[in-house]
Amino acid sequence: MKPLFALFALLLASAGQAQTEPQSAEPPPLEVDVTGGQRAALPIAVPSMPTPQEAATAAGGTGALGRQVADIVATDLRNSGLFTPIGPGGLHAVSFPQVTAPDFPYFATTGAQNLVQGFVQANANGSITVGCYLYDIAAQNELTRQGYVVQPRDWRRAAHRCADAIFSRLTGEGAYFDTRIVYVSETGPARRRIKRLAIMDYDGANHRFLTNGQWTVLTPRFAPNQQTITFMTYQDERPRVMVYELDSGRTRPLVAGPNMTFAPRYSPDSRYIIFSMAIGGNTDIYRIPVAGGTPQRLTNSPGIDTGGSYSPDGSRIVFESDRGGSQQIYMMDSDGSNQRRISFGGGGYATPVWSPRGDLIAFTKTGGFRIGVMAPDGSGERILTGGGYAEGPTWAPNGRAIMFTRGASQGELWYVDVASGATRRVPTPLGGSDPAWSPLRP
Amino acid sequence: MKRLTSLAAIALALSLSAGCAHRRTANELPPEPPSATATAEADDAGDQASTVGTAPLPGSRGDFLQSVPSDRVFFDFDSYALDDRDRTTLDAQAAWLTRNSGVRVLIEGHADERGTREYNLALGDRRANAARDYLESRGIAASRMQTISWGKERPANPASTEEAYAENRRAVTVVPE
Repeated sequence: MKPLFALFALLLASAGQAQTEPQSAEPPPLEVDVTGGQRAALPIAVPSMPTPQEAATAAGGTGALGRQVADIVATDLRNSGLFTPIGPGGLHAVSFPQVTAPDFPYFATTGAQNLVQGFVQANANGSITVGCYLYDIAAQNELTRQGYVVQPRDWRRAAHRCADAIFSRLTGEGAYFDTRIVYVSETGPARRRIKRLAIMDYDGANHRFLTNGQWTVLTPRFAPNQQTITFMTYQDERPRVMVYELDSGRTRPLVAGPNMTFAPRYSPDSRYIIFSMAIGGNTDIYRIPVAGGTPQRLTNSPGIDTGGSYSPDGSRIVFESDRGGSQQIYMMDSDGSNQRRISFGGGGYATPVWSPRGDLIAFTKTGGFRIGVMAPDGSGERILTGGGYAEGPTWAPNGRAIMFTRGASQGELWYVDVASGATRRVPTPLGGSDPAWSPLRP
Repeated sequence: MKRLTSLAAIALALSLSAGCAHRRTANELPPEPPSATATAEADDAGDQASTVGTAPLPGSRGDFLQSVPSDRVFFDFDSYALDDRDRTTLDAQAAWLTRNSGVRVLIEGHADERGTREYNLALGDRRANAARDYLESRGIAASRMQTISWGKERPANPASTEEAYAENRRAVTVVPE
């Protein structure tokens, strides 16, 4: 182990949380073409990570963890669609000293262009350190190194952070593996479907339920600061938006009064929630401080105005409205002014969601129920999903991927890569719908 | 009222399968006008109910279901407009509610599964309010009626067919048990 890294690991150990080494000031070169998405996936070797000394931890032995961390790194990179991981199985074992002195000639024979190595080490205070190194095999040099000190129960987070560091270094894109999904877990017959709020890591691990299923819940959303979740519940047969505090587990209504409130979404600064309220058959969009207060009405049409979503800078809101006779996407300034239609393709559009990068708006095309994206001015419409009912997109924090609900009555969670259109199912213990992707975890 | 309600509940419970069959017929009346066969079946169900002696008590849900053509009205796709048949149904409901002036009702609005979740919540609210507004126009006090939208969350028929969709696009007037 190099002295600089050892020193840094020591510093991290005192912090006691997952933290990353500061990035170098030099911007990483773009080595994977992510906008076209057509270039072949990059082969990258991910051997098992050795341990300097086998030790038991609350999450198992450090040797076994080294293999599991490498598995997760490889899976994350494969999930991105931009990499073809080689290993951990089938590769030569890496010794601890080799972590910082790779056997480049051997890895060159695997066909990989890059190499991920690392180690898992138990610390005296009960935490573990996961080292993560990225190499260019042909140039035989190191591209980045990161160290993560986590409690053993958070070992998967360290693996996701390692994969995030590699993904960002090689693509120039933002990270997104160390994230969570809040969604609605579904089970039972359609007429009496039981819907529970559930939360899990982006890859389906660490799944747990947040509500007990007594009341139907819908459309959870993460606060950008990840301190609260807002969702809709039928608690006491009064359908309305609630705010759930993640730390305390406390739930409180967002808006006072008897009217149905739904379709909540946070402002980028986590201070406000925009939501829809139905009064006497007319639905409009309102804004209210997360802490509570008086709703401010933003739309005032006799039609259904719902599905509001802020631009990343908070200056604008995209929403859907049937004021023109069919469901279409509209744009307004965040104070409700300057409302104008932006979708003009055939058929209807619903559930617009602004990309965290600001460059695209994801939507449900209601003719055929497919997920698509368009530019914020309505141009460049592109449909991403094929056959099968789909609705309710949510963006990965780097704007590269979208998760959505597939199935009209018996839902499943699916993932689509925006550049390539590659889709895959996201594993959930029961049925699932209404996913919301968290920002990168702190 | 309380006592009447519990008596009605006991009567319904005693009626067992025959009573259930009758209620199912009333609850799942398809939106199309019934054919001669369907009418005969409905009459049979009514006869069966009467043979086991379940006379619903005035003001009860059972009484309501026997007194009106249907407890629900049906809508076209993405519509909340009432047609003549719906108005006939609601006229009968209004007449019953006028006779039973102590009864409060909950009007549920529902959508079929071919719509995004949030839009369908708003659409269900429109449908519940369309029925509510009509009943109010027939003299039923607004204070006696509450509405709730279930969007597409509570289909009457879970199938993914045109017939099921037509059954699911509905506003149901719910009288307390």
